[in-house]
Amino acid sequence: MSENKKEEIIKVNHITKRYDDNSVLEDFSLSVYEGEVVVIVGPSGCGKSTILRIMNGLEPIQKGEVTYRGEKVDGKLGSITRIREKVGMVFQSYELFPHKTILQNVMLAPVLVQKRDKKEVKEEALQLLARVGLAEKKDSYPRQLSGGQKQRVAIVRALCMHPEVLLFDEVTAALDPEMVREVLEVILSLAKEGKTMVIVTHEMAFAEAIADRVIFLDAGQIEEEGTAEEFFRHPKSERAKQFLNSFTYEKK
Amino acid sequence: MFKMLADGTWDTLYMVLISTLLGYLIGLPLGTLLTVTDADGIRPNKVLYKILDIIINITRSIPFLILLILIMPFTKAIVGKSYGTTATIVPLTVAAAPLIARMVESSLKEVDKGVIEAAFSMGAGYFTIIWKVLVTEARTSLLVGVTIALGTILGYSAMAGVIGGGGLGDIAIRYGYYRYETGIMIVTVAVLVILMQILQWVGMLLSRQIDKRRKS
Repeated sequence: MSENKKEEIIKVNHITKRYDDNSVLEDFSLSVYEGEVVVIVGPSGCGKSTILRIMNGLEPIQKGEVTYRGEKVDGKLGSITRIREKVGMVFQSYELFPHKTILQNVMLAPVLVQKRDKKEVKEEALQLLARVGLAEKKDSYPRQLSGGQKQRVAIVRALCMHPEVLLFDEVTAALDPEMVREVLEVILSLAKEGKTMVIVTHEMAFAEAIADRVIFLDAGQIEEEGTAEEFFRHPKSERAKQFLNSFTYEKK
Repeated sequence: MFKMLADGTWDTLYMVLISTLLGYLIGLPLGTLLTVTDADGIRPNKVLYKILDIIINITRSIPFLILLILIMPFTKAIVGKSYGTTATIVPLTVAAAPLIARMVESSLKEVDKGVIEAAFSMGAGYFTIIWKVLVTEARTSLLVGVTIALGTILGYSAMAGVIGGGGLGDIAIRYGYYRYETGIMIVTVAVLVILMQILQWVGMLLSRQIDKRRKS
């Protein structure tokens, strides 16, 4: 995974994001390269999710720009839509369409947005569902599935668009502990295939296992950046040490 | 007398169903436009929202009986006369459209913002989102809205009896009120009650059936 000079896919360039008067990100830049798994960690409210949302054009920004393979994404829907087809996003609370079956959920965008052949999409959707162990759920509705199953469907829904980048926004945060694994296994298997991903997570063990590069974010700034090994084993900044310590407990 | 009631029932159904249908032809796009252009909608447009909002509020605040009389010239221009069942469809539609627009608006606004965002994140355009996400996901609520609209318009249609609007309300007023034939009035009202019950029952049954979120 370490050929040098890999192509830059998404770049957020000197962006500033404010909600009303609160600045979330100030002059923030980050590039994501082909085949790379970038994991963003950091305390709540540090702007992690906002970065993903900006990469997918879901958040207006006040300054700076987002480029996709060098092409600037402007505010017009046409331009954003083209990029969004190539950037798959998976959300914390699944966001499956409750009135559509699992298969319909997966097929909607490839058929309606990408105008692909229905039969071919269906075939692929079924294959992908089988891959995450949910083939027999194709005619179920989201409410009939567990949280972990719903999240796997959401991943399949994103995959079926053939995205070049996948964004995962705290995808296990709403799950019961025993369901976290089944979802993370799917993401790990995608990483092994060399998919480009940006992951926001609170699962540190998972982050360490999957990340090519870890970004530690605090108050809208990159506080520390490095390989998984560097960041988790030898954190440099005090803030990162403090953050990582909050995940371990000692018996008093 | 049976023939009269049967005709009256038919006239009432004819007025109510056609007016509701026409009401939806106007109200559905109007309600969708309200949802889309509202501040937290998918394509906010303050000016357009405000204009529609005011027009709808004005039409909705005119009491139906007044509206009936107020738009008589308009009715006459369209239908050729201002009384009778077909003529009554005009004021009924005018009264129904803004009511329906409001109900459509509130139904569509129930759709989870996260789901809409997910659709956007997959590159869906406005049209796809409106039809495949907003309307599809709100269908249960929309159908409950249809039931309410039918019920309300059924009530309005009876009011039109005052100006010779035809239908059951007309019979109840002519016989019960002007001729003191309380019996006929009671039977007419009973038929209206039964109609309302059937509408409500069928509407709720259907909306339960298409609700995929319900635990079975």
